[in-house]
Amino acid sequence: MNATTAQPGPNHARRVIVAWIVLSLIATPLVAIFLGPNIPPGNGSDQATQQVFDNTVMVSLLTPVICLLLVFFVYALAQFRKPRGSALADGPPLREQRTVQLLWIVLTSLTVLFLAGFGTFELLQNGAGGGQGPAPVAIPSGPKMQVQVIAQQWEFTYRYPSYGGLETSQLVLPADTQIELHVTSLDAVHSFWAYQLGIKADANPGVDNVAYLKTKGPQTFSVHCAELCGLWHGYMFSQGKIVSESDFAAWVKQQQELFASVKQYMPPYSTAYFPDPQRRAG
Amino acid sequence: MRARTWKLVGTIVAVAAVGVVVGLYVSKLTTEAGSPSYTVPVKTVNGKPVVDLTIQTVAAVGPQLSPSHPDFVSYLIRNAQGKWMRDTVWRLPAHATVHVTIYNFDGASGLRNSYLARPQGIDGNTYSVDGKTLDVIDPDDASHTFAVPAYGLIVALPGVADNAKNQCGYAPCSLSMAHRTIQFTFHTGSAGHFRWQCFVPCAAGWLYGFGGPMQTIGYMDGFLNIA
Repeated sequence: MNATTAQPGPNHARRVIVAWIVLSLIATPLVAIFLGPNIPPGNGSDQATQQVFDNTVMVSLLTPVICLLLVFFVYALAQFRKPRGSALADGPPLREQRTVQLLWIVLTSLTVLFLAGFGTFELLQNGAGGGQGPAPVAIPSGPKMQVQVIAQQWEFTYRYPSYGGLETSQLVLPADTQIELHVTSLDAVHSFWAYQLGIKADANPGVDNVAYLKTKGPQTFSVHCAELCGLWHGYMFSQGKIVSESDFAAWVKQQQELFASVKQYMPPYSTAYFPDPQRRAG
Repeated sequence: MRARTWKLVGTIVAVAAVGVVVGLYVSKLTTEAGSPSYTVPVKTVNGKPVVDLTIQTVAAVGPQLSPSHPDFVSYLIRNAQGKWMRDTVWRLPAHATVHVTIYNFDGASGLRNSYLARPQGIDGNTYSVDGKTLDVIDPDDASHTFAVPAYGLIVALPGVADNAKNQCGYAPCSLSMAHRTIQFTFHTGSAGHFRWQCFVPCAAGWLYGFGGPMQTIGYMDGFLNIA
């Protein structure tokens, strides 16, 4: 079709924008209110709740973009179909639209800058559940209970330095407590992923990877290795528990009794271990 | 137009069928051991299933039982006829009492994690080593472990002394050769598919002992198929 002979038609841009705005105004609150709280990872810790909020913000920001794409596609399919039986013809030529270009650059830049600032702010609050390496920068205030996570092919064990270096094969944490995890490995590279707690930290031999969490109420959570670590990687999972303070004290007592016989053989607490048989863990 | 529609429908159906087949295959792989399991003979005591599981650990499995990897360290299981087999996938009854006897013919290489020297997940959290009841061994003396992580079961196996006489070279090893005898009892739970493994990186000749038999099902690890 020759542009000079084109008949003036409806204002497609206006139609698309109006439909987009209406759809976005309906969809975005629905997504934020109903979908957002159900987004993983859950509600096992302050960090997990914070991640749910972050994911809700991101999905809410994404919703208008998806709406725009949907509206545009549906409108284009409905409006710009080739009429049945008509000859195949070229469309009108594209013309420069400075306003559209400027809007595109400004809006996308603002969105990206906002997300960068928002993400950095959220990360700096309490580490957001990620491993921060041996010298963490986002350290929550207040007292913290240290728990060391020791990965090996193919199980995690947990050492509690404030309870006489007690080591167990089940992760049990007291409720409403600030926890300082020290994640390390004594053989290959693993990754400690406590899903419902929103914690994921690499476990590398020789490295003390610190991550923080503040537990919520009693519940169970799953622990997985999130780094392909050998033959039984797929089986390297277990269940952890958050229990009340009194139950935690009872559990510690029980574990200390079980642990008593091996205590004499345990090396001093160390923040990192190595695959070298002479520098053993646990 | 009609031909195109049929082509489209045919393609969709074919893709869906291939997807279902792939899905079923992956599902089968993830829920089965991947190799045939040895059904351990079951007896009934007071109406409950009881199993005697007799296994041995050897420093080198030998060409007779593993022609492709004769130097691999390995577990073996003794069948009802008293023959030693290199089979690490075992079928056991659910809710059964399992009496385990392990003859360890390998030397000590030490645990990487001393914590595993404390037996757990077994009756009384104690076990018998050469007839003596123990609740821990020196981690340096450990040769291997028998562990079923899903059961919280960990048993460290003390090794044969370096200067012991008549040490076994290649499996199957005779009980007249230097060995340690480890005995304990555990209980199976509901039906399921549970891996067992050795936690000592004991693959001689591999970096830090991690490769070869530690990364190959059928030597130092396997499955308990509980049914």
